[in-house]
Amino acid sequence: MINKTAVEMAEALTKGETSSVELTQSHLDRIADVDGQVKAFLHVDADGALAQAKDVDAKLKAGEKLSPLAGIPLALKDILAQKGVPTTAGSKILEGWRPPYDSTVVAKLKAAGVVILGKTNMDEFAMGSSTENSGYGPTFNPWDLARTPGGSSGGSAAAVSAFEAPLAIGSDTGGSIRQPAALTGIVGVRPTYGAVSRYGLIAYSSSLDQAGPFGRTVLDTALLHEVMAGHDAHDATSINAPVPAVVAAAKSGDVKGMKIGVIKQLQGEGYQKGVLTRFNESLDALAALGAEIIEVDCPSFEYALSAYYLIAPSECSSNLARFDAMRYGLRTGDVNGASAEAVMSATRDAGFGREVKRRIILGTYALSSGYYDAYYGSAQKIRTLIIQDYAKAFTQADVLVSPTAPTTAYKIGEKVDDPMAMYLGDVATIPVNLAGICGMSLPAGLAEEDGLPVGFQIMAPAMQDQRLYQAGAALEASLLAKWGAPILSKAPVLKGVK
Amino acid sequence: MSTPTYEEVIAKWDPVLGLEVHVELNTHSKMFCGCATEFGAEPNTQTCPVCLALPGALPVVNEKAIESTILIGLALNCKIAPYSRFARKNYFYPDMPKNFQISQYDEPICFDGYVDVEIDTDEGPKQFRIEIERVHMEEDTGKSLHVGGATGRIHGADYSLLDYNRAGIPLVEIVTKIVPGTGKYAPEVARAYVAELRDILRGLKVSDVKMEQGSLRCDANVSLKPIGSDVLGTRSETKNVNSLRSVERAIRGEMIRHAELLNEGKKVKQETRHFQEETGLTRSGRSKEQAEDYRYFPDPDLVPVTPAASWIEELRATLPEKPSLRRARLQEAWGVPDKEMAALVNAELLDVVEETVGLGADPAKARTWWMGEISRIANEKEVTATSLITPAQVAEIVALVASGDLTDKLARQVVDGVIAGEGSPSQVIEKRGLKVVSDDSALMAAIEAAIAAQPDTAERIRGGNIPAAGALIGAVMKATGGQADAAKVRELLLKHLGQG
Repeated sequence: MINKTAVEMAEALTKGETSSVELTQSHLDRIADVDGQVKAFLHVDADGALAQAKDVDAKLKAGEKLSPLAGIPLALKDILAQKGVPTTAGSKILEGWRPPYDSTVVAKLKAAGVVILGKTNMDEFAMGSSTENSGYGPTFNPWDLARTPGGSSGGSAAAVSAFEAPLAIGSDTGGSIRQPAALTGIVGVRPTYGAVSRYGLIAYSSSLDQAGPFGRTVLDTALLHEVMAGHDAHDATSINAPVPAVVAAAKSGDVKGMKIGVIKQLQGEGYQKGVLTRFNESLDALAALGAEIIEVDCPSFEYALSAYYLIAPSECSSNLARFDAMRYGLRTGDVNGASAEAVMSATRDAGFGREVKRRIILGTYALSSGYYDAYYGSAQKIRTLIIQDYAKAFTQADVLVSPTAPTTAYKIGEKVDDPMAMYLGDVATIPVNLAGICGMSLPAGLAEEDGLPVGFQIMAPAMQDQRLYQAGAALEASLLAKWGAPILSKAPVLKGVK
Repeated sequence: MSTPTYEEVIAKWDPVLGLEVHVELNTHSKMFCGCATEFGAEPNTQTCPVCLALPGALPVVNEKAIESTILIGLALNCKIAPYSRFARKNYFYPDMPKNFQISQYDEPICFDGYVDVEIDTDEGPKQFRIEIERVHMEEDTGKSLHVGGATGRIHGADYSLLDYNRAGIPLVEIVTKIVPGTGKYAPEVARAYVAELRDILRGLKVSDVKMEQGSLRCDANVSLKPIGSDVLGTRSETKNVNSLRSVERAIRGEMIRHAELLNEGKKVKQETRHFQEETGLTRSGRSKEQAEDYRYFPDPDLVPVTPAASWIEELRATLPEKPSLRRARLQEAWGVPDKEMAALVNAELLDVVEETVGLGADPAKARTWWMGEISRIANEKEVTATSLITPAQVAEIVALVASGDLTDKLARQVVDGVIAGEGSPSQVIEKRGLKVVSDDSALMAAIEAAIAAQPDTAERIRGGNIPAAGALIGAVMKATGGQADAAKVRELLLKHLGQG
């Protein structure tokens, strides 16, 4: 049952072929079996999950009409607050903290009867692209345990890829859903900024952060998208508009007459050969389905990475100031009448990892008086230029496409001491975040040279998220017909400890 | 050299003022969350994930606070920005949960206004215009209680207690442009400005404006320049100025302190100073010579504030009469002398007197009751006069005196009864049996009894000794338990003895 899609599991539930408790238990067993190697989870909430599952089963039995994903298990990125369940954002500074409240996303999941298996590993405060920056050790890519699953939502992506959960939630500030989806051979969507509430999502960069769904199919992902999204009065940046019809779009999957723009700046130099080959094959597949492929020019994208690494650190330097040992989380150095200032300082020194400190220092510098205009100010101008590039491109095309990441999954430790090389891995995903639009990554096949998954990125204008699913479903169906079986069936079988 | 007198200071130096007033709005909920704002609640009971800055929590602007701020801006003759933003002011302090304060920085919601104040000068009443630089919104911090140590400040304390109930209460900061040209009247002008602001804010009903509870707080910037010079001197910023009297004292004190330093050829340090009620002096706080870098940037969690022009005009239409105009209008209508009007305003009883008059009471009587008997009892009990009795009750009592149903003396007993919680004036009259004896035959019986008891006195009155009537009137009043109208008794008595 764990190899099925969420849609199939839901069908089995409504037909009474299985129960949510059974479904949940089989995933808990799988986690017990393989997570010692994958290390996707920071915390498994077996009791909580089974209690939720039991509740859904009782409602099913009573004939209540439930949401399409009721009773389906899910893995939750540890960046989202869940009442009473340890929530760390991958940081030692929050070790042991149990939120007294539910994030809006969690509240919506619970209301829909989705069963939350546990909290998944991530780069500390979502700062990173490999999950190696977690305060609790890295997550390993199920395709090759010597490699990273990408990040920062690497735990969630690995959990779905390793069949520890059919669905997962991640967050995407610069590509943190799409890049790990690409590197683990699954589907990941970063919804339009403001489409999913950020209330209870531990902030890294407020103007860029957005939670989104992972699944093994486009339709599964759409169903989760629909559960998560919607206006929330607790988030001032939440968009007050109906959720785009993503499920309907994923079911239709028609690209006939759709104009697909290939972004000139997001291909070629710096991209692995096998990645480009699969990307181009996907374009051919879409063309064969009746889409019109054109090339679009986004000249300002050249500066996207620089702008991102000024804006995100600036916001994080302020967002992370609250971790000061006064009200929750780690407290060290509180000895011999140490001053509050000394305790704050000692705690932040002990609790934050290297990458987090690097970005706090960068951001503090970029916001300093005398430097603000040159750094933060200029970055905001670039942001405007990128928004304009997209606006123009979307007058020519319905969706835009690129490879999700320039390379397939790299080895653990390979880039950990070279932040710039690591940052370059986000070159194709970051523009979406800067413009506040939506993007999807879905599997485009395996790179010839290393046999690892390649991601195909689709981008659509703000609140046109359904276009991602429409194009994505079409490409998925076409590639599945070509491959004969889902891409994950090609992944090496993880040998369980049992 | 020694400390100069105030006269010596102003003979040589010209003060320049700058005033920053923080006002706590009286919204029911906090600036960015739904927590209650009631003063004096148990510590940390009015908090939530947002105002405790729990990981993941987000602020959402309280629309009522924006409305109140726009009203304040309009009342201060400001322009209202069609687009303004909140910024983060970043600094670490334990009573600030996020370690940044959400405030407005280079894009305040209201700007370029003015307030006119009038003070008494040697040449008679004179008006000064105080120009307003900006009015902006921000959130209050929590409260720290530093336990142990000599100063009550964080340095040297054994430990500190934190109460986050105040964290996130909406604050409005009203900043003046520099105020030159007040000369020796600088302290009075500053006081009059803060008093005028207080009255304007009270009229708008947007704040409790209680300086003693900190819902209105003033920071006074003072600098001196040589008379005739255009070059501004170095300023000090005095905080913790929590009464109108303190505003005046703090500025006077700082002027003298600056002058002493400057006279000695020393420099005034640019710093924060704390006003001390007991001495009227200030003590040094944080040095501002190295300006702290707050790393302001627009708060990405909040959207810009863009009030519609039509909404601003709707709010403008609801503005109450300006306090100065209202005072002038009421003073004229009631025929009150300047000094008594000022006393009434200072006692904060203008509103209730107006309300009492509105309910039909004679203005002079209403004023006398509130400023006299009721205030006297309030002082004794150390409460506010308005907490003791309502304008409607006072108006009822005034009406009963006017109709002759109560004497002044009885009326005081009714007031006592109402304050003692015995019910409405009519209930007190009923319970205590305080009706004036107005029945002529009952009075005549008492008069005849008094005459019978003091026949000699009655004889003297018959003989034309009118002042002797006092003794008999007194006896009648005593016999009726004070419930007779003395004038009426006198009239009946004299008539009866052939002197009417």
